[in-house]
Amino acid sequence: MIELISTQQCIACDKCILVCPTNVFDRGADGLPVISRQSDCQTCFQCEANCPADALFVAPHTHPLPEASFAHDEEHLRRTGLLGSYRRDIGWGRGRTPAAARAVGPALSPSGPPLIS
Amino acid sequence: MTLELTTDVLVVGGGPAATWAALKAAEEGAAVVLADKGYCGTSGATASVGTGVWYVPPEPDAREAAMASREALGGYLADRRWMARVLDETYERVNELADAKYPFPVGPDGTSLRNGLQGPEYMRRQRIRVRRAGVTILDHSPVTELLTSFDGAVAGAAGHQRQADRPFRVRAGAVVLATGGCAFLSKAFGCNVNTGDGALFAAEAGAELSGMEFSNSYGIAPEHTSVTKTAFYNYATFYRADGSVLEGAGSQRGRSVIARTLLSEKVFCKLDLADEAAQKAMRLAQPNFFLTFDRLGVNPFTDPFAVTLLAEGTVRGTGGIRIVDDGCATTVPGLYAAGDAATRELICGGFTGGGSHNAAWAISSGSWSGRAAARFARSIGRGARRVQAAGGAGLRPAGRSSDVDIAEAVRTVQAEVLPYDKNYLRHGDVLRDALGVLDGVWESLRSVESAGIASVPARQAAAMVAHARWMYTSALVRNESRGMAKRLDHPELDPSQHHRITSGGLDRVWARPEVAA
Ligand SMILES: Cc1cc2nc3c(=O)[nH]c(=O)nc-3n(C[C@H](O)[C@H](O)[C@H](O)COP(=O)(O)OP(=O)(O)OC[C@H]3O[C@@H](n4cnc5c(N)ncnc54)[C@H](O)[C@@H]3O)c2cc1C
Ligand code: SF4
Ligand code: SF4
Repeated sequence: MIELISTQQCIACDKCILVCPTNVFDRGADGLPVISRQSDCQTCFQCEANCPADALFVAPHTHPLPEASFAHDEEHLRRTGLLGSYRRDIGWGRGRTPAAARAVGPALSPSGPPLIS
Repeated sequence: MTLELTTDVLVVGGGPAATWAALKAAEEGAAVVLADKGYCGTSGATASVGTGVWYVPPEPDAREAAMASREALGGYLADRRWMARVLDETYERVNELADAKYPFPVGPDGTSLRNGLQGPEYMRRQRIRVRRAGVTILDHSPVTELLTSFDGAVAGAAGHQRQADRPFRVRAGAVVLATGGCAFLSKAFGCNVNTGDGALFAAEAGAELSGMEFSNSYGIAPEHTSVTKTAFYNYATFYRADGSVLEGAGSQRGRSVIARTLLSEKVFCKLDLADEAAQKAMRLAQPNFFLTFDRLGVNPFTDPFAVTLLAEGTVRGTGGIRIVDDGCATTVPGLYAAGDAATRELICGGFTGGGSHNAAWAISSGSWSGRAAARFARSIGRGARRVQAAGGAGLRPAGRSSDVDIAEAVRTVQAEVLPYDKNYLRHGDVLRDALGVLDGVWESLRSVESAGIASVPARQAAAMVAHARWMYTSALVRNESRGMAKRLDHPELDPSQHHRITSGGLDRVWARPEVAA
């Protein structure tokens, strides 16, 4: 589930509010997004993929994590490279090549083509 | 305050089926509005998961092998003519994506590989293409009901824009339902927008369903997580807690062994059959598959991790709205269905499982329905028609209205359709008991009156319970095991039941063998 919005990194572009398929966010009074309906989060990572400022972190868990969790430790997420990692992995963002272009996976059967998704 | 629009074609949904429908309707010269519950470009199963695509070059041997490969798995309910059409259309449309600069990878021999699509990349581009085609996109605009004209034809739809918090109504010459399948809010990857809404709307307008017994697909995911991508579990060994191998368990054939074991104990997994080259390549093919592991700090190739099975219902099942012609028309004039909202039995019978057919179907049925809807809209012209709203359960009470806890109703439905020992490992007695409970939920939702934003969850609940009742009623008519519709009390395939099962009805649900037209 969505667990973290970095107020330090967010540039208040509204993108996450717009793209979240299940409408989890609202715009707060200060212009930054707020997680209003976390229980509606479907853990799809789309907000993260679309955030231009690497300001969001979606934990893989489908239940909310406690305050002390790693998912709320912004420094840790930055240090380990997890913050912004999905965007990096799919090659989105300025100066990057879409990872779709190099998505050549293994073939699941000896005669089959390589999996590319 | 209501947003009122008039158009030729209204497309309901925002995934691949919907975007292809919108593109092809616009190419036919139609004015098109596309209304998505979420955001067109990120919403729906494909946008998050990405898909293998049934892309087969038009070489007779390759096509023949492609068609033959799944006939037995699907219980021989598919139709060769439809398979051939889908292979043709998919081939053209995927090449169209290449022409539109989708970055297909290049294989070791220098050829462009086109048998798969990365979800976020594909759907981001589809949105751009749809916008460039002049389509009006309404995001965060869940449709809650159809509008019908007095001759019974479908003439538009209405809903509520949840971010703008205002109702909307679109009058249209024809409507394409491309709302995806129904995964019962199981949190399977990208599937929580898929609550089967389109099937409910279609049934309210008088349309029929087909293949609803093929509705119990379950995807493997690490426990307590969402990513149900399953291809790489072909490299898995499954274990018990004590480290012994769980015999017979596997991704493709042995998934029911996993389900049965999960009823009483945890099941663990390691992708220990992948060599180093495969491991590297897997990361390139499916960055989203590794999201979960990297964030959990688990190395899936060496560390055992607990797994679960999440219901994907008709998303990776094959049942849906019944199609009656090559343009994906339903039995109701002006109403078309595409993608997971429509039945996929025509090309894969009673089983899809490991992908490719679904994506090909979304592309093909989307394109056909968009074109056909545009032609239908043109044929009836733009003249003003008197319309009425067709929505019932969860919206307009049948008699006196009463207060119903919608969240509780959803939990009750989930308790009948998510558990493996009810929906996966099906038994007639259990299905009959479940239907009793589900009929009760339906009846309570018949008394609900809702408006505004509250109508969205209420209608989702109605759609899910309607779906569940068509599923189990159909499953009880199939007294055998065929495709994914297996019955513990009828474990064999029965040649005398080699037919599709049509279903429908709302207050009174029915299912019966399809009568040839
Ligand atoms: C984990 C996973 C892996 C898969 N892998 C493969 C694969 O490898 N190959 C393959 O062929 N298939 C695969 N599939 C299946 C494939 O994703 C679907 O068949 C495909 O997404 C269907 O496209 P669609 O457009 O019909 O539905 P979706 O992509 O689900 O889109 C449905 C759209 O309808 C919208 N909607 C829903 N209700 C309403 C409403 N009331 N009003 C307005 N809009 C609404 C949603 O917001 C969404 O935008 C996979 C599915 C899953 C879950
Ligand atoms: S993970 Fe998906 S559902 Fe959750 S907040 Fe982000 S975009 Fe929304
Ligand atoms: S997308 Fe990122 S930068 Fe934009 S508002 Fe959301 S968190 Fe802030």
